[in-house]
Amino acid sequence: MNPGLYIAQQVINAISLGSLYALVAIGLSMVFGILRMTNFAHGDMMMVGAFGTLLLGFAGLPFWLAALGGIAIGALAGVIVERVAYRPVRGAPDVSLLLTSLAVTYILENLGILIFSSSPRNFPLPDWMNVALQFYDGQLTFTQINVVTVVATAVSLGFLGWFVTRTNAGIGMRAAAEDLQAAQLVGLDVDRLIVVAFAIASAFAGLAGVLWAAQSGIVEPHMGFTPLLKAFVAAIIGGFGSIAGALIGGFVLGALEIFIVAFLPSAVSPYRDAIVFALLIAFLLFRPNGLLNRSQEIKL
Amino acid sequence: MSEAARSQAPGSMDSAPLLETSGLTKSFRSLVALRDQAIVVRPGEIVGVIGPNGSGKSTFFNLVSGFLRPDSGSVRFDGQPIERRSAAEIVRLGIARTFQGTRLFKALSVAENVRAAAQLRHPSSMLDALVGTPRLRRAARRVDAITGELLGLVGLTGRAGVRAGDLPYGDQRRLELVRALATQPRLLMLDEPAAGMDAAETRELMDLVDRIRRRFGVAVIVVEHDMDLIMNLCERIQVLAHGQTIFEGAPAEVQAHPKVREVYLGHA
Repeated sequence: MNPGLYIAQQVINAISLGSLYALVAIGLSMVFGILRMTNFAHGDMMMVGAFGTLLLGFAGLPFWLAALGGIAIGALAGVIVERVAYRPVRGAPDVSLLLTSLAVTYILENLGILIFSSSPRNFPLPDWMNVALQFYDGQLTFTQINVVTVVATAVSLGFLGWFVTRTNAGIGMRAAAEDLQAAQLVGLDVDRLIVVAFAIASAFAGLAGVLWAAQSGIVEPHMGFTPLLKAFVAAIIGGFGSIAGALIGGFVLGALEIFIVAFLPSAVSPYRDAIVFALLIAFLLFRPNGLLNRSQEIKL
Repeated sequence: MSEAARSQAPGSMDSAPLLETSGLTKSFRSLVALRDQAIVVRPGEIVGVIGPNGSGKSTFFNLVSGFLRPDSGSVRFDGQPIERRSAAEIVRLGIARTFQGTRLFKALSVAENVRAAAQLRHPSSMLDALVGTPRLRRAARRVDAITGELLGLVGLTGRAGVRAGDLPYGDQRRLELVRALATQPRLLMLDEPAAGMDAAETRELMDLVDRIRRRFGVAVIVVEHDMDLIMNLCERIQVLAHGQTIFEGAPAEVQAHPKVREVYLGHA
């Protein structure tokens, strides 16, 4: 096997996985940036987005329309959770917000079990998405899902970049993330900016949920848990609270996970997650502000 | 500033008060930070509040801008009581303030700092932004125009794209001043604007404040330590000591008053 092609293949895999981590981590960081709160229910918006897509698909919508609808449902769910659960406890000690988000996680996941049962369901895809593209006699292989993942992530990131630098709301959001009190003092409508942050963060999680389900082929109520943990690691690697940091952290983590399995002896592969979480501890100890050195003070 | 210039100031004694406090009292545990304070500021007027450290100046500022709630007493702005309003509501009503030692959005660019504040009067929704409605384009144009005008006023046009945290200190203060102005206030409250500035910078700042007042017709309250700044800039000065108002009058009267000399100038 051509080593160059092997490396290229792993890089493709890393970008595809990193895209998902980045999508989830960005939302986690955005909300943390403004509210200084780790939103554990963030991963569940993946589940909401994927189930939403599934239901709209059953209702007869074509896949891409069902996926857009699922993402919109995810965004809406995030906004509702903020309004109903988080806003009333804003201003309470930080631990209240944290516990509230854990409670929301339990409620959403159990709601998912109640409606869809806890057994995984198939996530039907249009046939063209499962087509594998092969190059160099199959030495370089990826599916259309990988292509869709990378393109959808790139478009979303482009939108986000435009939003936070070119729109007044985006500038306001960055201002609020830096100094919430000063933001109120220059007249920014912080309540509205928080809603916007939740809407975008949850839409990103919803998109990640659809892509995750498309890659794994299944949907289940706890599907958001592992990606949430990974996104948390990614956000800390990049510098918690920084959008650019979460983006970089997501891709670094994706690459790390793929490369551990691809380039290290196979005896090491089972320890992939252990290595990742050891890295998390190392970052928290030695570089708590992340690669970009931009982290806000972390309160758990 | 010349005497002739001062006489053209828009402040006039017979107009209705813009800001009026009375019986304003605030304690922190057993310490009375401000007792029975009363002040009247008319539209376009420029008033100084001076006093040594711990005299209650900052408490007064925080009470008016909604950062603290008074134990008793009232704050009226344009006739309506605001002492129970939040800081955000008070900005909306038309009172803007700066901070001792600045509180800019340091990671944002110079222009973005002003844009963040200017959108208060020219709002656009997320939906407007996504769809690109005429309302959004109008709002964005207005915000851009205000930002450009204000940056020009303080000579920061050429540095619009610079990260605010990377500006020299004097520029940061000027930026904070125009950021407050971008909310289009009728009352501008400056908290020790000359702190950390040398004599030349202080003089430049005084000129700027005076120009701003004339151009935008805002009333200004300056809390200061720096006697010279207050004396040359303000039409009226209130002197605080230990939370109590000990004197109020024109700059010359303040300077001449024995009690003020004793508690304030003695310390200076």
